[in-house]
Amino acid sequence: MALTNTYIQEKLVEKFNDQVFQFSTDSGILSFESAAENNLKVLQFLNEEPSLGFTFLTDLCGVNYPDNNGAELVVVYHLHNFIENIRIRFSIAVPVAKPDVFTATKLFESANWMERETYDFFGINFIGHPNLKRILNVDEMDYFPLRKEFPLEDQTRIDKDDEMFGRG
Amino acid sequence: MEQHSHITLPKGSIEKTTTTLNIGPTHPATHGVFQNIMEVDGERVVSTEQTVGYIHRAFEKLAERRPLYQITPITDRLNYCSSPINNMGWHITCERFLKIDLPKRVDYLRVIIMELSRISDHLICNSIVGVDTGAYTGFLYVMQYRELIYEIYEEVCGSRLTTNIGRIGGFERNFTNTAFTKLEKFLNEYPGVLREFEKLFTRNRIFMERTQGTGGISAARAMNYGFTGPNLRAAGVDYDVRVQQPYSSYQDFDFKVPVGTTGDNYDRFLVRNAEMWESISIIKQAYQKIQEFKGADAEIYHADVPEYYLPKKEDVYTKMEALIWHFKIIMGEIDLPKGQIYSAVEGGNGELGFYLISDGGRTPFRLHFRRPCFIYYQAFEELIKGGMLSDAVVTLSSLNLIAGELDA
Repeated sequence: MALTNTYIQEKLVEKFNDQVFQFSTDSGILSFESAAENNLKVLQFLNEEPSLGFTFLTDLCGVNYPDNNGAELVVVYHLHNFIENIRIRFSIAVPVAKPDVFTATKLFESANWMERETYDFFGINFIGHPNLKRILNVDEMDYFPLRKEFPLEDQTRIDKDDEMFGRG
Repeated sequence: MEQHSHITLPKGSIEKTTTTLNIGPTHPATHGVFQNIMEVDGERVVSTEQTVGYIHRAFEKLAERRPLYQITPITDRLNYCSSPINNMGWHITCERFLKIDLPKRVDYLRVIIMELSRISDHLICNSIVGVDTGAYTGFLYVMQYRELIYEIYEEVCGSRLTTNIGRIGGFERNFTNTAFTKLEKFLNEYPGVLREFEKLFTRNRIFMERTQGTGGISAARAMNYGFTGPNLRAAGVDYDVRVQQPYSSYQDFDFKVPVGTTGDNYDRFLVRNAEMWESISIIKQAYQKIQEFKGADAEIYHADVPEYYLPKKEDVYTKMEALIWHFKIIMGEIDLPKGQIYSAVEGGNGELGFYLISDGGRTPFRLHFRRPCFIYYQAFEELIKGGMLSDAVVTLSSLNLIAGELDA
């Protein structure tokens, strides 16, 4: 039986009931969310349940929604089942005040650097990560540059006056 | 020893039985700006720590303030050995997101350019593996033919390395006859060169002994480490984005996906060589399909999407509508639809993915690049542990690491 989005959704709901929510299919990929503390359980289920078989972690990245109170930081996982050739997107949200997420490195070796990158740019603390330190930025950096509060351009510059074009 | 009493060495540094060796950030063996701090016992590698980020340029942050068309030149600078694939991967992401359908001719033209850049990417990687095993000749020989590929880029888009080729919706101009003549020249000359290149290496005793059994990885470990592209296929998994999720009409072409068995340096080399042959065949098929377009169809090189595709310059001067679109595009005044998309293409060294989130603004709310070599470079320690230092150098080059892509 070919694996379909409907089947995956049923299987997840059957296992986790209301712990998984916000199902949608944006551009063909089934997306859903869960509470941050359940991320490992969900990932393990997706990985180890034989009828799902999402054994490949394609991508892991962070997103910052500064206006979502209590859920400012989001971690997005893209998983792939090579045999059925189907992708899935799974995300969890954590508050910026306490950005704690369990690490996926025990399930996927590939999560190691991707989590370090996410920590580096968003300051998400991956609990249990073997080597959680900055990877692309310098170690001395004391801010998380991909958070929306961090300005793209140096606000103290006075040689640029292009307010007309919305960069002011 | 009285006069040296002020020197304090770290505890245990005298008793240590291994040597710390620093390779990089700029070292001829790294072929890019990244550092390896290796612990070696004699010539055996005990452990290594990879440091990346020397040319980090914050592309993901930059992309949050740029309209879509201004992000294309950023993607050039990821894997700069095959920039056109990155450019087109980005255009394809935008087109999927904006639901733009492309004419077949544009798809085929793109396939030609993408396969040419796959050849130029693999060619560099394989010949560099040759250089690191002591065979410089092959490298110098095939470099001349990369030049032919770059001349085709130049004819199509005007630049060679950081190409910024194509636009959302198609190409900036039609291929000239010169471009096709140069393509024919390449198609005529390159197979012979590749055959000779293979003759130099594939059954070369020295090369085989240097590469066989070094830097190997099993299929299961490779998947766990997030390998994609030729490196994964060398381990025996036939995953190719061109086949699994065809883009740009790859389903219209007949080609094989070469796989290896052991995932070692030799298999990676063989897989890349085999892929170059497949690329040549794909280009030939695409060129043939393009020649079947006659009359007005042969003049199509972009889709009809005035919101994203710049109008002709003479129309901007003479037509109101064109002037408005020109202004709106250049000033980035077009609101994107809300939503998110993950779209991937088969890059030179693996699955190059773009994860785009839009909140309905004029620029992406968030753009994440899934850079294949950033993900598989993690496995480097496992690949070389316990092996010889000189094998580590070969493994490093056969992984096809590109510093620009590692650091984004």
